[in-house]
Amino acid sequence: MKILVCISSVPDTTSKIAFEENNTKFAKAGIQYIIGPYDDYALARAVEIKETQGADITVLNVGLAESEPQIRKALAIGADTAVRIDADPTDSFFVAQEIASYAQGKGFDLILMGRETTDYNTGVVHGMVGELLGIPSFSPVMELNIEGSNIKISKEIEGGKEKINTTLPAVLGCQEPIAEWKIPSMRGIMSARTKPLEVISPSSTPQSEIKVFELPAPKGACKMIPAEEAETLIKLLQTEAKVL
Amino acid sequence: MKAVVFAEIGDKTYKKTSLEAIQYASKINGVTEVHVVVSGNGDALSDAGKYGATVVHHQAAPCLNSLAASQVLNEAINAVQAKVIVAAKSALGDAVMARSAASYKSTVVGNVVALPETSGSFVVKRSIFTGKAFADTVINSEIKFLSVKKNVVELTEGSGSANVQNLAVNTTATEALSTVTETLKASGTLSLPEADRVVSGGRGLKGPEHWQPLLDLAEALGAATACSKPVSDLDWRPHHEHVGQTGVKVAPNLYIACGISGAIQHLAGVNSSKVIVVINKDPEAPFFKAADYGIVGDAFEVLPKLTAALKNLN
Repeated sequence: MKILVCISSVPDTTSKIAFEENNTKFAKAGIQYIIGPYDDYALARAVEIKETQGADITVLNVGLAESEPQIRKALAIGADTAVRIDADPTDSFFVAQEIASYAQGKGFDLILMGRETTDYNTGVVHGMVGELLGIPSFSPVMELNIEGSNIKISKEIEGGKEKINTTLPAVLGCQEPIAEWKIPSMRGIMSARTKPLEVISPSSTPQSEIKVFELPAPKGACKMIPAEEAETLIKLLQTEAKVL
Repeated sequence: MKAVVFAEIGDKTYKKTSLEAIQYASKINGVTEVHVVVSGNGDALSDAGKYGATVVHHQAAPCLNSLAASQVLNEAINAVQAKVIVAAKSALGDAVMARSAASYKSTVVGNVVALPETSGSFVVKRSIFTGKAFADTVINSEIKFLSVKKNVVELTEGSGSANVQNLAVNTTATEALSTVTETLKASGTLSLPEADRVVSGGRGLKGPEHWQPLLDLAEALGAATACSKPVSDLDWRPHHEHVGQTGVKVAPNLYIACGISGAIQHLAGVNSSKVIVVINKDPEAPFFKAADYGIVGDAFEVLPKLTAALKNLN
């Protein structure tokens, strides 16, 4: 079983988002980067599969050199080899194309990633990779079990879930509770230092670019209502906020 | 320039978010015709015309996977030579737009929150960082694929009627690639991602047996129910109710949070709500900073008062 896990390197969820150079660049100073939270679930499931039935895991990141600590962490968690496509991942199709052209012909049975990245939230890369490679894709996947050349997955749908059988190879966008996040062990951290990390130049160009960033207007003050007069809230929602 | 909208059927007819996508497409500067693609059984399909569509391409058989749905969408894109493709942001919409866009070697710009600027290059504003920022994005692909964030379009019903045409794309081969073996769906409950009003509970409610006052308020409001991550992790409520960074992202007109402290991961799932009400015993709960209205108090005392006040109103 060969598994490709694609990870993003994103600002920690609690980061304060700010921009610089006339709002044309994300302000990276002081930002703690992490493995994309959804990608972390995909990685954890891949490592579980490796532990229970054996697998060779390659972790791939489309990103600049600054994402290497996150790639090393993925290696420490249990990936065997790593690839970094040396480019800023701002465009969905560009990222998908880079992943697909790397994966093409390498015989991966499964390509796993998070349902979306938490920076741009587009959630289309898995579907695009599936299309480019001509294989099925599903998202958001909450359970994954492998049975020979078939997989059984459960996918979240509005108000519930759907159980699906499909064949390998496939591309899956993952989310909890597919697996529990894994913390690297000391041994994992040591061995990650010497695992191979190949850096490849991108072979295509982005089809979209960000011209300018903007922060939302600051939220007005919260209007406090005394608990004993809670019912006045309903009036306010009706006459002032006009949502009832 | 012609636009194609990928629409979804909800309960009986179009989902509200799909109507929003149709209206969005019809307002794009330079778009002369809006064609809708929809599959499966649905009522009043010609109503797409009320929101600006001219033609509805209807594949009667429901598509069983995203591969089939994108095949159907591509058929319509080719037939009308569309240059702008629009869908409502949803798990299915994302899957279908992804496959279609990739087949045209085009990108998708997701969560758009405003109409594009089309005079020079094609520039559109989208929400990024889970609602914490926006980015004006230039799309250079020949065909533009956009997914519209829910609740950014104010629906206005017109009087048009779209011409419904049958589409019969053979999807047998792609549908054979996967089988749905079971569908587990809570029946009779409102769809959370689509809901206009949401009442949500956190660990402050202290146990699943204490949910009744919240359910009563939700019923009186016609609201969907939701919960924070700890609550779904503890299995007090089903996972599909979990709202937050790694759960459902909601954008209702009204979000009422009871006993939720407002961790940044939770806010990431609700910060697109129009009006946020926070009920919490702890006056220091960070959620009050993100709220429009706040009540410091015991949810078990406050919730019944709200429910009673609502019933008096009706």
